[in-house]
Amino acid sequence: MRVLAALSGGVDSAVAAARAVDSGHEVTAVHLALSSNPQTFRSGARGCCSLEDSRDARRVADILDLPYYVWDFADQFRQEVVDDFVAEYAAGRTPNPCLRCNEHIKFAAVLDRAMALGFDAVCTGHYAQILPGPHGPELHRAVDVDKDQSYVLAVLEPPQIARSMFPLGGSVKADVRAEAATRGLLVADKPDSHDICFIADGDTQGFLAARLGAQKGLIRDRDGAVLGEHDGAFGFTVGQRKGLGLTVATPDRSPRYVLSIEPLSNTVTVGPREALAVREIAAEGVRWCGRPARDGARLALQYRAHGETASASVRLPSGVDAQDAVAAVLDEPAYGVAPGQTLAMYDRTRVCGSATITATS
Amino acid sequence: MAYLDHAATTPMLPAATAALTKELGELGNPSSLHAAGRRARRVVEEGREVIAAGFGARPSEVVFTGGGTEADNLAVKGLYWSRQEERRRPRILASSVEHHAVLDPIEWLAGSQGADIVWLDVDAVGRVDPQQVHDEIARDPESVALVTVMWANNEVGTVQPIAECVAAAAGFGVPVHSDAVQAAGHLEVNFAASGLDALTVSAHKLGGPLGVGALILGRSVVPTPLVHGGGQERDVRSGTLDTPSIAGFAAATAEAIDTRVERSASAVDLRNDLISRVLAEVPDARLNGDPRLDAEHRLPGNAHLSFPGCEGDSLLMLLDARGVHCSTGSACSAGVAEPSHVLLAMGSTPAEARSSLRFSLGHTSTRADVDELVASIGPVVERARAARSSVTTPRGK
Repeated sequence: MRVLAALSGGVDSAVAAARAVDSGHEVTAVHLALSSNPQTFRSGARGCCSLEDSRDARRVADILDLPYYVWDFADQFRQEVVDDFVAEYAAGRTPNPCLRCNEHIKFAAVLDRAMALGFDAVCTGHYAQILPGPHGPELHRAVDVDKDQSYVLAVLEPPQIARSMFPLGGSVKADVRAEAATRGLLVADKPDSHDICFIADGDTQGFLAARLGAQKGLIRDRDGAVLGEHDGAFGFTVGQRKGLGLTVATPDRSPRYVLSIEPLSNTVTVGPREALAVREIAAEGVRWCGRPARDGARLALQYRAHGETASASVRLPSGVDAQDAVAAVLDEPAYGVAPGQTLAMYDRTRVCGSATITATS
Repeated sequence: MAYLDHAATTPMLPAATAALTKELGELGNPSSLHAAGRRARRVVEEGREVIAAGFGARPSEVVFTGGGTEADNLAVKGLYWSRQEERRRPRILASSVEHHAVLDPIEWLAGSQGADIVWLDVDAVGRVDPQQVHDEIARDPESVALVTVMWANNEVGTVQPIAECVAAAAGFGVPVHSDAVQAAGHLEVNFAASGLDALTVSAHKLGGPLGVGALILGRSVVPTPLVHGGGQERDVRSGTLDTPSIAGFAAATAEAIDTRVERSASAVDLRNDLISRVLAEVPDARLNGDPRLDAEHRLPGNAHLSFPGCEGDSLLMLLDARGVHCSTGSACSAGVAEPSHVLLAMGSTPAEARSSLRFSLGHTSTRADVDELVASIGPVVERARAARSSVTTPRGK
């Protein structure tokens, strides 16, 4: 096959591309330029936007003897990922930008362009598996449970999965690093990327404050009593416990958690952990990675990139307006579930699909 | 493989390779006073004479640099600074289609030293108007630090009316510089006849080695140095002279100048063939730059075409996969192509500018190279069009 390998400049995409070559594919490398103002050489690697990363990607392509190009998706990335990230926080929700990037950039704009240019598949260093199933290729969790990235890929639909290659899904990270060293790839000991690639210094609150402006607001308890002030509701996440800056203790000294964020009044409501308990989740914008689940299916739900799963019965409401909605009834209460998060649904290791949480109760 | 990117760099001429490699085995710093130094100095000075003769200059007017970019920086920044000594002269007149080696120093001077840039307009083929040069200077002659207009454009190949620009500035006492990196060795470039004060040439664009060039500088023109040190090169450009590279540069210049007329004529023929055959394959492609396909108006080996509905990046990649080497004309450090400022200045839209490719022929080009391109360009354009329409289609959430 003619394969387009996306090289971020990190170790994972490098080994993935090398394995695609070993499998006999005709591989061409691209580095995605996602920032129109690349940061200068940063120490350590945080993502995929620095000049150092683009140089590292180029050197990997040299060593693997692959044609190498830079594809500029900076405009689309800003619109679809960065602006969305800021808007979601402004609306009191907690977005996952990696998921949006996979949905709109890597497995949409890049994949489309690759197909149009005559490629058969796009290869990335994501830790997830594509396995044959009775109804076509299925998306599964990676063998390395600590590195599993199937959650941020749960937005992919069958045509995208059929054109994707994740050669690392069956490996553990330590082996991938060792393989990179054996292959002479200079990125073998490069630190893992973490946090958010477009926030170079890791200061998400500072990034948001610079774009949304610091805005003093109140922290209240469930009865409306004022407990403190904050510099912007966007600085909080439902379920957050630390960093609330409250000086009035609860009578029994039990900790308080963020229960909800109300962007219009810029109010953060806090309360005890039990008030966070969620038993039912409603979500919309469902995307199935294969055949849709059956109404009443017993699935495992995951609502954070590296969170635990919760067993649930999933209902598919009928009716014209409910075509892309799901509702889930959890076996045990879950904590820290909030509107805006992506709900990924699993049948054992298989990713069934995903939807965006709209309400909890 | 068809190498159609000679404007980026062209293969070294065998005489240049021989001269360069011979010198690599020799010993001597040209500034040393002993025999080994004198031997190296002799090679440098003989090279200086050959290069001076090739470009109608005196040997003492040749200032060796580490390439065209350094020579352009020395001209722009060095002249700007030295022109401030007597009184403040903030204005720099420059064509809006200069190479980045001229453009960026000017913008840096504007950003950090208070220079006022007067961008000279170009017409639809990329030519400046000498009358604008005259009028802009005449408006306030004392305020002008320098004028810079390239000899021929690196992207679209348009030859500028240098003699007319120099004439327009004559009488005002304003120094005029021209970046002749693309022209030298391909067009007749005569420093004395041009009346210029400074002229940039580069070795590797005419069959010499990478990393060496020269600023040809009138004897009375004294720019402020960029590189201070041992005082080599008239105290204008310090640094141990690179004897092997200069030997290669000189050998290449001699051969390029000796064979210029014949090579230029055959490049024009081959280039015209390329243009007409590509237009036959892709009827809606458009030639950018001067449509007068003679060496007086357009660089002999230059063909610059827009392919409506295509991304230049996609075309380049698809041609590369078929062994055809060409260029989109501009690139930045991270490798992301911006729409060409040259095409924008000529009135193209950003989309038109992004749909362009430059094919440049040189001394090793053959009809077989053109055949390879012609065989590929039709399917490649078709494929690139499909790719562009797939990306510009908005996706639903």
